[in-house]
Amino acid sequence: MFIDVKIKQTITVLLLLLGLLPHLASAKEAVPLASDTKLEKRVDDITSELRCLVCQNQTIADSHAELAIDLKNQVRGMVAKGQTQDQIVDYMVKRYGDFVRYRPAMKPTTYLLWGGPFILLVLGMVVLILNLKKRKIIIQDSPLSEQETAQLDTLLHADSGAVSGGEGKPS
Amino acid sequence: MVRYLIPLFVVLILGVFLYRGLHLDPREVPSPFINKPAPDFSLQRLHDMKSTFSNKDMLGKVWLLNVWASWCVACREEHPLLISMARKNMVPIYGLNYKDAPRDAQGWLDQHGDPYVENAVDYKGDVGINYGVYGVPETFLIDKQGVIRHKVIGPLTSSELKNCVMPIVNELNKTEQANVAVITELRKQCSST
Repeated sequence: MFIDVKIKQTITVLLLLLGLLPHLASAKEAVPLASDTKLEKRVDDITSELRCLVCQNQTIADSHAELAIDLKNQVRGMVAKGQTQDQIVDYMVKRYGDFVRYRPAMKPTTYLLWGGPFILLVLGMVVLILNLKKRKIIIQDSPLSEQETAQLDTLLHADSGAVSGGEGKPS
Repeated sequence: MVRYLIPLFVVLILGVFLYRGLHLDPREVPSPFINKPAPDFSLQRLHDMKSTFSNKDMLGKVWLLNVWASWCVACREEHPLLISMARKNMVPIYGLNYKDAPRDAQGWLDQHGDPYVENAVDYKGDVGINYGVYGVPETFLIDKQGVIRHKVIGPLTSSELKNCVMPIVNELNKTEQANVAVITELRKQCSST
């Protein structure tokens, strides 16, 4: 009885698998947009450097906005024509301005942008060093004078006496 | 005492920057086209698909090139203004119908009114890319020499028209060769760059 069920199950599974065979044969890998993977890689590299102006915090490579798709096609066409990355980025900057670069260009108006973090770093270092120096003076060892030791002694003893005297509230 | 005031100053300076940031529109990207020749195009006319319209046909005139589409919601916002401009003959408006089916475009104009002297069909959006269009509507102000003198991104408003666009148009109409210094001064009245 038990074996019967098992055989039946096996046959069913086999039949089902058989049914899949023609589909397996006809299934294809998804066709890439451009059959040339090398070209596609170049297109991807270049569009990763370009900002999508519709959804400003995405690159053209990441974006699915219609304009981004158009621009990707534009880049693909230009790469296919053998244009260099600089030429293509220039083309985009001429049309959409410097903002289209995901990585800002190095020029007088962007020096502060590029250098700012380093200036802040140096400033922070200076402040840190000055503070550390000051601290060194503050925490320098200065032994207690005799009078201070005596004072400390009485304070300590007075304190322990008070605690053992036990008028404190239960904690 | 002074050391306690330092954080206050830092916060104040930050505050000034942040406050200024509130009034900036990240959508407004300065156009690299200002004072550059308008890119050439030659496209089918919407009303007569057998003939073409080119920016070169407009040499010697001051005109607006308004990029629009029937699927563009913001275009509806500025449309009544364009219509009234056309009625008053303020400045010739030419349309660049961007990535739109001509039939839809025609239907839209029939429904909402047609302020355009002529419409060029940019079905594939290639000319749009050449003009650096990234949001519709956009309006380019082009002078007699075929040079772009101003660009409005997004819907044109009546105050923008009065304070910015029309003064530039009037100035451009006065002379054959645009006086760049005067135009630059006038553009300071514009909210968009």
